[in-house]
Amino acid sequence: MLLAIALAMPFLGFLICLLAPRANPKTARAVALAAAGVALAASLGIAPEVMASPATLTQALSLNWIPYPPIHFSIGADGLSLWLVVATALLSLIAILVSGERPAQFFAWLLLLETAILGVFTAQDLFLFFVFFELTLVPCLFLMGQFGQDSGRASSTGATVKFFVYTFAGSVLMLAAITYLFLKSGTFDYQNILAQAQAGSFRLSPAEQLPLFLAFFLAFAVKTPLFPFHGWQADAYATAPSPLAIVMAGMMGKLGAYGLLRFCLPLFPSAARECAGWINGLALVAILYGGLVAIVQPNIKRLLAFSSLSHLGFIVLGIFSFHLNGLDGGAYQMVCHAITTGALFALTGFLEQRKGSAEIADFGGLATKTPWLATVFLVAVLASSGLPSLNNFVGEYLILQGAAFAGIGYAATAAIGVVLSAVYLLWMYQRTFLGARPEADTADLSGREMLAVAPLVLLMVWMGVASGSLLPPQSAVNQKILQQSKMNVEFRVAAPLPEAASGD
Amino acid sequence: MPNAEELLRFLPEMILTLAAIFLMLWESRYDEHDERPGMPAAALIGLGLAAVASILAGAAPGSAFRNMLIVDSFATFFRLLVLAVGALAVLSASPFLRQRRAEGGEFYALLLLSLVGQSLMAASNELIMVFIGIEISSIASYVLAGYLRDDKRANESALKYFLLGSFATGFLLYGVSWIYGLTGTTNLNEIAAILGNADIAPNAMFSAVAAALMLAGLCFKVSAFPFQSWAPDVYQGAPTPVSAFLSAAPKAAAFATLLRVFFTAFEPVSDRWLPLLAAVALATMVIGNLAALWQTDVKRLLGYSSIANAGYVLVAVAAHSTLGISAVLFYLAVYAVMNFGAFAVVALLEGSELSDFHGLAKRQPVTAGLMAVFLASLIGLPLTAGFFGKFYIFKSAIDAELYWLAGLGLLTSAVAAFYYLRIIVVMYTKPVPEGRGEMAAPAASVQAALVFSAAVTIGLGVFPGWLLDWATRSSGLLR
Repeated sequence: MLLAIALAMPFLGFLICLLAPRANPKTARAVALAAAGVALAASLGIAPEVMASPATLTQALSLNWIPYPPIHFSIGADGLSLWLVVATALLSLIAILVSGERPAQFFAWLLLLETAILGVFTAQDLFLFFVFFELTLVPCLFLMGQFGQDSGRASSTGATVKFFVYTFAGSVLMLAAITYLFLKSGTFDYQNILAQAQAGSFRLSPAEQLPLFLAFFLAFAVKTPLFPFHGWQADAYATAPSPLAIVMAGMMGKLGAYGLLRFCLPLFPSAARECAGWINGLALVAILYGGLVAIVQPNIKRLLAFSSLSHLGFIVLGIFSFHLNGLDGGAYQMVCHAITTGALFALTGFLEQRKGSAEIADFGGLATKTPWLATVFLVAVLASSGLPSLNNFVGEYLILQGAAFAGIGYAATAAIGVVLSAVYLLWMYQRTFLGARPEADTADLSGREMLAVAPLVLLMVWMGVASGSLLPPQSAVNQKILQQSKMNVEFRVAAPLPEAASGD
Repeated sequence: MPNAEELLRFLPEMILTLAAIFLMLWESRYDEHDERPGMPAAALIGLGLAAVASILAGAAPGSAFRNMLIVDSFATFFRLLVLAVGALAVLSASPFLRQRRAEGGEFYALLLLSLVGQSLMAASNELIMVFIGIEISSIASYVLAGYLRDDKRANESALKYFLLGSFATGFLLYGVSWIYGLTGTTNLNEIAAILGNADIAPNAMFSAVAAALMLAGLCFKVSAFPFQSWAPDVYQGAPTPVSAFLSAAPKAAAFATLLRVFFTAFEPVSDRWLPLLAAVALATMVIGNLAALWQTDVKRLLGYSSIANAGYVLVAVAAHSTLGISAVLFYLAVYAVMNFGAFAVVALLEGSELSDFHGLAKRQPVTAGLMAVFLASLIGLPLTAGFFGKFYIFKSAIDAELYWLAGLGLLTSAVAAFYYLRIIVVMYTKPVPEGRGEMAAPAASVQAALVFSAAVTIGLGVFPGWLLDWATRSSGLLR
């Protein structure tokens, strides 16, 4: 019930804000804050129950939606979705908090985006999952189109169209694949399909798995994004209004990684293992390419976009290492990266409000004028570059560990990416906050801004030093996923095919 | 002498004809540029009565006039669909014509007559009736396309439509004569019986030629490749509410005919025409969507989009299954509503160039919002009717193991997102052009039509079940 409330509240807030377009911005924001606040409380409320039995589905709710083909509005949470749900609710609340005075529509779309992302993380019906996955595009379209600002060469209109067409085109084939799964298994219910696979009544031959896997993979690779599907990312993050950028960079990238982990591995194990080699290759390219390109970016938001490309490469590498450590690291890093990137985009938004631009060249020596802003920014930068005792370190370490099991070369190459992230982030920090004392006065963090980023900073430390309290539920699900992805492979290996499963 | 039941089955057509004649007579009381205040209402009453008659007739299914007409739930579905489109056309056309001081009784009369033809097409069980239905519908449509007779564009549109249309009807008629020569009958069931009986069936090659000729004629009517080139020209030139009507109602009726003729009469030789149909569907989707990418005139763009959409529907026809037929019915209903809505919004603007849409969200937020709903549905975003329409179509194709058709179709539909999206984006991001201030709210009747269309678009996007149920019940009888 609490999970349903967490989904329903933002949607209710969306309807209220949308249908009262001329409402006072203050009232609209109060409504949005209330809706997102209740959603956050409800999502925290499910934590004890989920942590008690992380590997099974809790808070399950299934309503008949469409009689034929039988589609259910079916949601539920387990250890893998729990922290992602909480992080989404938290980041959305923060995004609304830092939005300032905006028209009611702005809050409406933010709340719809929250609903859609929460839906993706909790949907247990493949069709419903697809609906939520696509629905995330609609609020982004309006937020970027109506409220985005041009940034350098990138016009917000062009970025909007590019983002939309990329991601929409990427995911249409997934619908065909989902339909095919339905025809083979007779249901859209994900748990049911998995149960059938376990019982052996639902089997996909390797020849079937490969195209289906690729259809899913393409959708997730564009959304994540994974090299070479990242063309939309930098422009989108740079032109998006900063509250949207927080949610987009923080949570939307995780939709793809979550999908890979949740669906691709258990459903198409043999194809996933077969493709693991080149996918890991792409992930490594993303890690290095993203890091190198980030170094030369003149704009903080673009730099963070390429940094995300690099960090998400880590997550994909962890997932396709097919080792429990890698999977755990990937799942943990999804949450960590959401927190740190969310914080960095929020802080960049504050800088942008003060100077009207996010070009690094427009800043310098801010630390003397804005000690609090500089400190918080430093913590976020250090967390993002993987300093031990802060959150990203845990995730990246586990990923590297898992990658080393898959092949020591993967781990060695990926480790270069950690070094690169320290280079571009610290150099950016130095040019922005250190150096000669500027003449113009700049305001330090206001109370509201402090309130917005404080929970994120606390989480960075908490997740860094006490990972033992958050990791076990994710790990329980990962064990199950790994087992499912092994179970079907035995059948795959037994099949008379020239190439044995690789990457094992 | 036909009995009362048979007359009831023909009642919708009779009511529409009487209403049309009544409007023509009433017209004589007005001067050329007068407004005709009561006429839209009278036309709507005629449409409403015809709809009631269709429902009554549909309640007692059966044939009429020695099997020339057959009233089943399939026919009733299409009758109600074209009548609904007609009502929307009346609502959006009357303010449009008044604004141009060109309202006339003959407009409504022609609209109703065109509907008579379409309603006959949906119910005909006989090739001659098919032909008569198509001709009644088409001739009225040709005149409607050129209704603004002082407008050069409209004249060109009507002439093009007429010339190419008669050419295509020639194909159709030639196909009819072949099949009559081969089987000695024009009744669909009898044709099927003869073609299906190996002892008396004519050479399959000849039947296939007859089927191909008829397919060519029908392809023109639904604007499928290679007979699609008229659609953008005609839709661009015709008065916008007429374009809206032409892209929805005659097309739906032509698909009804296509389904009935091919799934009944030519069913025994289906292995001959199905591959052809699948190829036509693919080419139509590709050409429609790619050509639409470069358009800057929104009416023309919607013309190409209607070609692409005909391609999607043909995919479901090529699936050759009950599920496919119900997907066709569902999609045609959905397309009629969302496409009508999009055209109706274009009719409100000063021009139909993309630049006329700049900043529409600031000038007329509600209209822009409704347009965004229609375009989102045309793109196929979830929670709009278009999403489920496409889903059912491509699901039926995957069911029928037409994977390549489903895959390529989905990809072209992703390409299509680009050109619809451009309209949404300029409405919301571009500044209002110089010299264009607030826009007056549209007339009440247009508002009603738009809100109704948007409500149906979203309503079917959330709860598509009931319409699909109805479509499935209607399609089960056909095969």
